[in-house]
Amino acid sequence: MKKSYVPIIKIFGLCMAFVVLVLLPPFYSSYWITLVTQMLIYAVLAGSLDILMGFTGLSSFGHAGFFGASAYVVAILTTRYQMGFFTCFVSGVALATGISLIFGLLVAHATGVYFLIITLALGMVLWGLAFRWVSMTGGDNGIAGIIRPDLGLPISLKDPLTFYYFTLVFFIICLALIIIFVRSPFGHSLKGIRESESRMKVLGYHTWLHKYISYVIAAFFGGAAGVFWAYYNGFVSPYDMELTASIEIILMVILGGPGTLIGPVLGAGIIIFLKNFISAYTHRWLLIVGTIYILTILYAPQGLINLINDWLKGGEEKAETEGVT
Amino acid sequence: MSQFILVQTLNGLSFAALLFLLASGLSLIYGVMKIVNIAHGSYFMLGAYIGLSVILWTKNFFLGAIAAGLSIGFLGLIMERGFLRKFPLQALPQMMITLGFALVFRDLAFLIWGGDPYSLPCPEFLKGSTKIFDVVFPIYRLFVIGMAALVALCLWLFNEKTLVGAKLRASVDDHEMAGGVGLNVPLISGCMFGLGAALAAFGGVMGGPIFGVYPGLDFELLALGFVVVIVGGRGSLKGSAVGAILVGLVDNFGKALFPELSYFTLFAPMAIVVAVKPTGLFGRE
Repeated sequence: MKKSYVPIIKIFGLCMAFVVLVLLPPFYSSYWITLVTQMLIYAVLAGSLDILMGFTGLSSFGHAGFFGASAYVVAILTTRYQMGFFTCFVSGVALATGISLIFGLLVAHATGVYFLIITLALGMVLWGLAFRWVSMTGGDNGIAGIIRPDLGLPISLKDPLTFYYFTLVFFIICLALIIIFVRSPFGHSLKGIRESESRMKVLGYHTWLHKYISYVIAAFFGGAAGVFWAYYNGFVSPYDMELTASIEIILMVILGGPGTLIGPVLGAGIIIFLKNFISAYTHRWLLIVGTIYILTILYAPQGLINLINDWLKGGEEKAETEGVT
Repeated sequence: MSQFILVQTLNGLSFAALLFLLASGLSLIYGVMKIVNIAHGSYFMLGAYIGLSVILWTKNFFLGAIAAGLSIGFLGLIMERGFLRKFPLQALPQMMITLGFALVFRDLAFLIWGGDPYSLPCPEFLKGSTKIFDVVFPIYRLFVIGMAALVALCLWLFNEKTLVGAKLRASVDDHEMAGGVGLNVPLISGCMFGLGAALAAFGGVMGGPIFGVYPGLDFELLALGFVVVIVGGRGSLKGSAVGAILVGLVDNFGKALFPELSYFTLFAPMAIVVAVKPTGLFGRE
């Protein structure tokens, strides 16, 4: 009986999302428009990490590295070479994917926590490069003055509202692609690896290759989000790819619910909102993130979405995505 | 040229000494409890800060080092007893908890000691420098190398020659069997965690006069500590020592030769080891 609520809630949620994201933005204040734009960019980033964390069961601690790498590409190409949007987009995503193709060779063999140690170290290597390669990246000062792209359309993206809709289109495309990816037979093989890698090996799958591809795809979408972040923020610094940045993305995924996609998207919204809301009152953001982390693990280890799902289903059925390690 | 190599080697070794103090705890904690302790770099940083405050108050460097070691060791014990114990052998939740603590520690340190970098005062009798083969070298750095060697020796003797050490090795090799034959594995791991934390804090104070203490030191060193564990192998003291020396030298020569790519030079040894021997040089699987 109780189960019949779920589709209704899903439809209701979609309608709400449509109203809030598509119909209402022209009436938002400019503060809210920029905030929601930021949420969408991070939602893509969190969704891309969810491919790895939620579906393949590999927690990457260097995901912000890809995000930051492509943001740096955009920053360098626009401020020094005045490149257009498409060149920047393609080169940014290409660099992030290229790095992941190399890093993937090292990490795809690793399992469990060892994967996490290596990705953390690799992420910090990228951060170190951004921090110390001063002649290229500006070091600690970062690169400022990235102007919004000109697409040759009648509308200008310099206006926050048009940039918002531009980002919304990007968000919908990315989310749709990620959904298609995880629901494909290949995506199911990733879930199989998450549940039992040894069993998948016995069934004849090249689990190494599947993990490798999953890592590269996640980096691809992470890099795409990085391009938009550079244009949105107008400024790139090593802090965009520091360990704390990777940790925030993981928190978005964990808080929302790994392996659900919609969960991490909501998680991104919540974290970005809290970050902006709280920073108006106090600078103790990290203290709060740390506490949220500890509380999430103690009280909602499956993530909010699965907590709500469990609650809707009256606890009869346990959520599918348990024990993501 | 040979002078340059000698100076940089000694600098690298003194950095390796600090890395060893950090990574030996990290590696053993991972070996015994399978906990990836993200807060380990924070112990190093907090140790340096606490050491700084105690040294400024008592004017005694060694009191600072002892106070930092004891307080952070106790903090580690509380973390293990109070929180990590709730998720035995669940790697991801445990790690997330340590991660939460790392963020809390970072912000608390910022709140208490502010954002300015500090340098810990060097003890009076270790100031100055000495000459080795025509090369002038600060005594303090030699002292740090000696100190880490002493700690390594004590750890080795403890690990190889005492009964507690044998129990510890048994827990590293197979914690289930070790528990099955009647060893108190939770107690061993709790003490191990505290000892690792204390060593990291001690390392923080030792490193204070060389590169000071500043916000962000925690994660910077954590990553280096992980590189040491990846290179040396998990749960192995010998691996930590060899890994620390390797990483310390590579990092230092990288800084001297290619200052802009210094952090990136660490990628090479890590990539080679992971590709050739995924368990690390002295790791067992």
